[in-house]
Amino acid sequence: MSPELKGLLLVASLKVLGLFVALLVGVIMVVWVERRGSALLQDRLGPNRVGPLGLLQNVADGLKNFIKEEVVPHEADKILFQLAPLLSFIPAFLMFAVIPYAAPLPGFDITLPVLGRFVYEGPVAMVVADLPVGFLFIIAFSSLAVYGITLAGWAANSKYALLGGLRASAQMISYELAIGLSLVVVLLLAGNVSLGEVIAFQQRTTWFVFAATIAYMTFHIGAFAETNRLPFDLPEAEAELVAGYHAEYSAMKYAIYPLSEYAALITMSAFIATLFFGGWDIPFTRWDEQVATAWSAEAVVRFALTNLAFLLKTFFFIWVFVWVRWTLPRFRYDQLMFLGWKVLLPLSLVYIVIMATAVLLLERAGVPHTGRYGLWLFLVNVPLVVALVWGLDRRRVLAGTVRRVRVEA
Amino acid sequence: MVTTFFWGFAGMAVLAALLCVTRKSPVASALWLVMTMFSLAAIYVLLDAQFIAVIQILVYAGAIMVLFLFVIMLLNLGQARQTDIRGWFGRGVAVLLGGGIALQLFVLARVVGAEGFGSQTAGYPLPAGALGRVQEAQGAIGMVADPLFRQYLVPFEVTSVLLLAAIVGAVVLAKRKI
Repeated sequence: MSPELKGLLLVASLKVLGLFVALLVGVIMVVWVERRGSALLQDRLGPNRVGPLGLLQNVADGLKNFIKEEVVPHEADKILFQLAPLLSFIPAFLMFAVIPYAAPLPGFDITLPVLGRFVYEGPVAMVVADLPVGFLFIIAFSSLAVYGITLAGWAANSKYALLGGLRASAQMISYELAIGLSLVVVLLLAGNVSLGEVIAFQQRTTWFVFAATIAYMTFHIGAFAETNRLPFDLPEAEAELVAGYHAEYSAMKYAIYPLSEYAALITMSAFIATLFFGGWDIPFTRWDEQVATAWSAEAVVRFALTNLAFLLKTFFFIWVFVWVRWTLPRFRYDQLMFLGWKVLLPLSLVYIVIMATAVLLLERAGVPHTGRYGLWLFLVNVPLVVALVWGLDRRRVLAGTVRRVRVEA
Repeated sequence: MVTTFFWGFAGMAVLAALLCVTRKSPVASALWLVMTMFSLAAIYVLLDAQFIAVIQILVYAGAIMVLFLFVIMLLNLGQARQTDIRGWFGRGVAVLLGGGIALQLFVLARVVGAEGFGSQTAGYPLPAGALGRVQEAQGAIGMVADPLFRQYLVPFEVTSVLLLAAIVGAVVLAKRKI
C-alpha cells in the first residue's frame, strides 16, 4: 500500500468513525434535551434520577429496550416488518455524510512505528464525503426515509399503522416539493449544489437567511414535516391512531424509530445551519476563511472554533424543534395539505421568479460577490417578508393581540 | 476495482429486475424495482455521473413510492391471481416480444463486436480526466444544464410538451366528470 492510499484511508476511517460516534451520542443527548426541555416548558422537573441531571436516563431506557421481549404480529409481513426500521435508520445516518462541520485542517506526512508512512496532500476537508452533488444527496436520501415509515405501516397489517404510514407518505411527498423549491433559490444564489461552495459563497457575501429569507422560512416549515415533528406529526398522532405507523413495534425495533427521528432532526438542524446560517462560518471575521498549509496552533484553534460555531448553530435549531414541539398543537390533516399545496408551493414558485430576477439584475449590473451583493439581496427580501407576514396574518394574530390588551386595560 | 464494482452492481440490477417481474405480490415487486433503480444509480456513480445518479434516486425512488401507494389503495390484494400472463394468446404475445428483444440484443452484440463490451475502444471514449476537468469548471449541475439549455433547448422543450400531454391524459382518465 502506498503512503498516499494509507493516508486517505486513515483520514476517511477517522472521519467516518468520529462522525458516527458523535451522531449516536448526539441522538442520546437530544432525547435528553427533549425530555428535559418538555419538562421545562411544562413547569415540571423531567427525568432527574439516573446520573447527574438525569443524563443517563436514556442509557437506562436503551438497555430496557434491548432486553424487552420482541413481538412480531402473527399476520404481519415478516420480512418487511424486520426491514422497515433499518430503511428508516440508515438514510437518517447517511445524510450527515455530506455536511461540512469545520474549517479544513492542513495535510500531513507522518511515520508511525509499526504502520509506516502516511501522506495526505493538501488541506483535509472536514466532511465525510465531499460530493459534487452536495445537497441533492441529502434531498434524495431524506426522500427515502418515507419508505421505512410507510413499509412499517403496511407490513404490520394493522389498520392504525397503515393509516399512519399512508399519512406519512402523503405528507412527506407533499412537503418535499416545498423543500426542493426553496433549495432552488439557494442554487440560484450560490451557483453550485456542493455544500462547501454554498458555505464559501455565504462567507463572501452574507448568510442566506438574509439573502433568501422566504426560502429559509419555507424550508424550515418543510423540515418539520420531513422529520414528522409536531405540529406535523400526523403519522403517529396518538389521539387518533394509537401510535401511528409504529403501533405494532416493540422493544429495540420500536426504539429504532425515535432514534432515526432524532438523527434526522440533528441532520436537518445541521442542514439548515449550513444552508442558511453559514455552516461553520464565524460571523464578522475573515480569519476563519484562511486555509492553513502547515500544522500550527492557529490551524488547530481555527478548526476547534469553527467546529464550535457549527455545533452552536446546529444546537440552536435542535432546540427550536423541541421548543416548537411543546408549544404548538397538531395540525388537522386537511390544514396540513392546505399549507403544503396551496400556501408553500405557490409561495416558493413566486419567490423563485422574484429572486431569479434579482440575481439576474445584480449580475447584469456587475455587482461583485461581496457584502454589497448580500446587502442588495437583503433589501429585496425585507419588503417581501413584511408583505408575507402581513398577508398570512390577515389581522388575526398581530392585530388581535393588540386589541385584547386594550380590552384588558 | 471499478470493473469489479460494475459487475457487482450490474448483477444486482439484473437479479432485482428479474425478481421484480416474477414476484406475485405487487408490493414486493415495487420494492425490487427500487433495488434495480439503486443499482443503476450506483453504476452512474461509477461513470462519474453523480448528478444523474442522485436524480435517479430522487425521481425514480419517489415515483416508486407513489406506485407503492397505488398498489395499496387501488389493487384488490385479497385475491392475487396465479399469473398475469393468461391463455394461449397472452403466452404467444409474451414469447414474440421476448424473442424480438433477444434478437435485438443479439444483433447489437454482433454490430458492436465481441471486444466491444467493457473495452476502451468501443463507443466514443473521452480523454482521461476530461469529465473531472469539466466538473471542476462548471460544477456537477452546470455540466448537464449547460448543453441541455443551450444546445438541446428545442428537444428539451418538445419533451416537456410530451410530459404535459401525459399529465392532461392522467387527469382525463382520473376524473369521471370534468
